[in-house]
Amino acid sequence: MFEQIYNHFNDIVAAILFVIGFSNLLFQKNLIKKIIGLNIMDVAIYLLLASQGYISGRLAPILTDGSENATTYINPIPSGLVLTGIVVSVSVTALMLSMTIRLYRKYRTLDLDEILVKVRKEKEDKGEG
Amino acid sequence: MADFNPKEKKILYRAFRITAAILIVMLAAALIFCMFDLPGLFSPDHPGENIVAERYIESGIEETGAVNFVAGMILDYRAFDTFGESNVLFAATICVMVLLLVQDQSKSRVRRKRSKKNGTVNSDQTTVSESQTSFEQLPESKAYYEDLRDEREIEPRLIKNDVILKTIAKFAVPFILMFGVYVILNGHLSPGGGFSGGAIVGSGFILASVAFGFDKMERFLNRKSAGIITFVSLLVYCLAKSYSFFTGANHLESGIPLGTPGAILSSGLILILNICVGFVVACTMYSFFSLMRRGKI
Repeated sequence: MFEQIYNHFNDIVAAILFVIGFSNLLFQKNLIKKIIGLNIMDVAIYLLLASQGYISGRLAPILTDGSENATTYINPIPSGLVLTGIVVSVSVTALMLSMTIRLYRKYRTLDLDEILVKVRKEKEDKGEG
Repeated sequence: MADFNPKEKKILYRAFRITAAILIVMLAAALIFCMFDLPGLFSPDHPGENIVAERYIESGIEETGAVNFVAGMILDYRAFDTFGESNVLFAATICVMVLLLVQDQSKSRVRRKRSKKNGTVNSDQTTVSESQTSFEQLPESKAYYEDLRDEREIEPRLIKNDVILKTIAKFAVPFILMFGVYVILNGHLSPGGGFSGGAIVGSGFILASVAFGFDKMERFLNRKSAGIITFVSLLVYCLAKSYSFFTGANHLESGIPLGTPGAILSSGLILILNICVGFVVACTMYSFFSLMRRGKI
């Protein structure tokens, strides 16, 4: 059991980070903290991909000493996938932050519960008036 | 929410938290249980270590000419993937613009109407924009700031006299930009490439705009020029790669000679594509910052 945990140490840390980010999404009321939670989940995915892509004793996939042997270098595909993940996460974060800015401008609060109460009040006012 | 009294609300809230906690513990258990099925840490008998990765490394230099195998992979074998990523950044910029610029226009119209009604606010604004010398000359009346509603609108009116920031930025910004250009141009030779180099150049722009004000950055990077740069870069990328649809779709060779691996002018299209991606990323980073900091670009 202990050896197995040691064998999968990085993967378990990635899973725990993912869960921490997910619990931030559920428990935090503040919208900015929710976005930070989503970013922690992104980081967990990068950690999983990078640690799965690494093989002990091999080099980064850049030609060194003229060796073109596949066993000299690690797999370049996970590195490329991490790059894709970073780009998408930056775009999504920017989109969410700008939506938060608009919500803050309209309702003057970042608390999701207060925003929902205000939205409901607005709807009721419209329905009555 | 109006249907519940405070006691019921409290109970419901607690029930939500307990359910969420149970869900999270279950998720953690499931994830960690699944992690044990993955191949062991850093072990060489990884299922991803198959013929694809072998091909990328063993014949990468002959086929792409890039010493950096990752650059050869993402900009030659998987160039459409990277094109999609650049387009994601472009689409994100457009969405942020739609979200933040449209609101500003309607709001400024409202304020103009409001300031017509009561002349006091209007006169305050004109005095600030006329003088614009130092922090002390901003109006101290609380109503003025409440009328702005948005804290970020105060900031561009302050001319900053931050000596430390300005002095350091004067020395640092050229080196940051130079390092970013180096990382972009050496993308096929060393770690780096269009995305990381573009992010470095964009952060240099951000530092310059924080230190010297947005007005000075606007002279060469405003909405129009950033849009043109992004559009032209994406168009060059698209034209450079989409011709392969007409040549049978499995033929990604360009007419450009690959050159000797390791030289700066080698690896065919990869250098050009890196520059395109770098432009897109730098403009995107700066426009995200500018749009969120002061609401326009």
